[in-house]
Amino acid sequence: MTLLLKTDGITMKFGGLTAVKDLNLEINQGEIVALIGPNGAGKTTAFNMITGVYKPTEGKIHFSKKDITGLKPHLITKHGMARTFQNIRLFKELSVMDNVLIANHLHLKASYLESILHLPRYRQQKNASVKKSEFLLERLGLSQFKDEKASSLPYGLQRRLEIARALATDPKLLLLDEPAAGMNPKETDDLTHFIKEIRDEFQLTILLIEHHMSVVMGISDRIYVLDHGITIAVGNPQSIQNDQKVIEAYLGVSEDA
Amino acid sequence: MKRRNLALSIIAIALLLLFLIFADSSLDSYQKRILNLCAIYVILGLSMNLINGFTGLFSLGHAGFMAVGAYTTALLTMSPAIKEQTFYLEPIVAPLANLNMPFLPALLMAGILSAFVAFIIGAPVLRLKGDYLAIATLGFSEIIRIIFTNTQSITNGSLGLKSIPPHTNLWWSFGGAALTVIFMVFLIKSSYGKAFKAIREDEIAAESMGIGLFKHKMLSFVTGAFIAGVGGGLLGSLLGAINPNMFRFVLTFNVLLVIVLGGMGSITGTVISAFVVTSGLEYLRFLDETIDLGFIEIPGVAGLRMVVFALLLMMVVVFFRNGLMGTNEFSWDKLISFLKRKFPFKKEVGH
Repeated sequence: MTLLLKTDGITMKFGGLTAVKDLNLEINQGEIVALIGPNGAGKTTAFNMITGVYKPTEGKIHFSKKDITGLKPHLITKHGMARTFQNIRLFKELSVMDNVLIANHLHLKASYLESILHLPRYRQQKNASVKKSEFLLERLGLSQFKDEKASSLPYGLQRRLEIARALATDPKLLLLDEPAAGMNPKETDDLTHFIKEIRDEFQLTILLIEHHMSVVMGISDRIYVLDHGITIAVGNPQSIQNDQKVIEAYLGVSEDA
Repeated sequence: MKRRNLALSIIAIALLLLFLIFADSSLDSYQKRILNLCAIYVILGLSMNLINGFTGLFSLGHAGFMAVGAYTTALLTMSPAIKEQTFYLEPIVAPLANLNMPFLPALLMAGILSAFVAFIIGAPVLRLKGDYLAIATLGFSEIIRIIFTNTQSITNGSLGLKSIPPHTNLWWSFGGAALTVIFMVFLIKSSYGKAFKAIREDEIAAESMGIGLFKHKMLSFVTGAFIAGVGGGLLGSLLGAINPNMFRFVLTFNVLLVIVLGGMGSITGTVISAFVVTSGLEYLRFLDETIDLGFIEIPGVAGLRMVVFALLLMMVVVFFRNGLMGTNEFSWDKLISFLKRKFPFKKEVGH
């Protein structure tokens, strides 16, 4: 197994508040790893540090053996990392197809002028990305909506479109921020299968934040538990379920204990 | 379908050409000037729409780019003798005095210089967002105006430039407008155009999808400035005389009016509204003069038409936020299906 992502004691401080302290993630190629914890534990902050939205106050992030600490988000995406957002961030007024096509833009080799003039090199690359986007939409069951506005899709499909868009950047590592938020048990179940499927089909490694324990326990190879920014437990689903500290963090400590 | 649309497009272009031939030969110079202005406002509107409407950058520096373009074109096309006459307070600096070139390269130089200025100020300014960007770009355009007022030996200061060779005619202005429309259609359809729109929709998501914000904002800003520079050059040559005071905020406001009324992010909307606003501003000139209603005489108030237009803008912003076209574009298919809905009997005749 090769190590894909490694964070070396990354810490994020906002003024006097330490949102995440000394986080050491290690994610191997092909794994599905979950990041869980009560509200405000610093999970999304950790995501934002890894994807370059925030620059960690301390620590280093290595991604496929390169130091990516402090790189801009778009460069990190170019290195092969893509994400979805906790509160969906689609390009609302644009069509479903355009949403996915835009995620191909980072691979465009044709220059600005070549693109405007639609010269052969641009046309060739454009046709390739249209094909790829059509395939992704087909694969994710969105092709019948490809000309609709992204904002007109129902909630569950918008989440799917976000994943399709992220996949179009050809990621090695996919970060999902609460993919099951707002879904009913049936949809949650489907999503669990779906995440496994795309992992296998696109040879992905997945890091996800999730509150639905059925999803987390069902698909994760390993779980990291954060509480108030501190990593309180690491392990496979079974050991996490029986970990005293984790139970305390979620349920609180009994007075008599 | 495609062939029908192509045929319709060819017919439309032919009609436009016929109209231009007719206009060129039989309209009087006042009407021609309004048509020229309309076409130039198409160019200016599109350039501003690229920055503000398609990329979502709230920039108010357009008058500055136009000033750079107008002065460049004027200085490059005026003959050395005319320059010597014009610069009577302080002679023009040596290299500019004898520089003289045809209209087309002068216009291109105007675009390039304006784009270069945009590149220089874009570096610090494009890191700002929203209102802050608007204030900074507005400041930039005022700075340009003040520089031009004070560089006597280059721009002739507040005396301005006179006797600029009147190269701009219907062919230049409509040719420029047509080229700009085609350029914009191609740009917006391309991957880069989509990336611009993505930035408008959601910067954070765009950046996460691998779109470098600074690079793409800069590309849009510089491209917009290039077109604005060319538009400014055409305008200067049409008017024949320019001075720094022409390039006040009101000029930016006029262009802003065009794109807001037409729809931020619509090429079609900008084209239509450039014609409506420009000819409207001329048509409403009677508001500035004394109006005699027979029983009562309203004394003329200079600038009343601008008040009317400001009110119009307010109404659009309050009631029709998307303007005339929103972000929609014209297509033959849409027009035909619209006509079929409006006149359903036509369909039955066809059966």
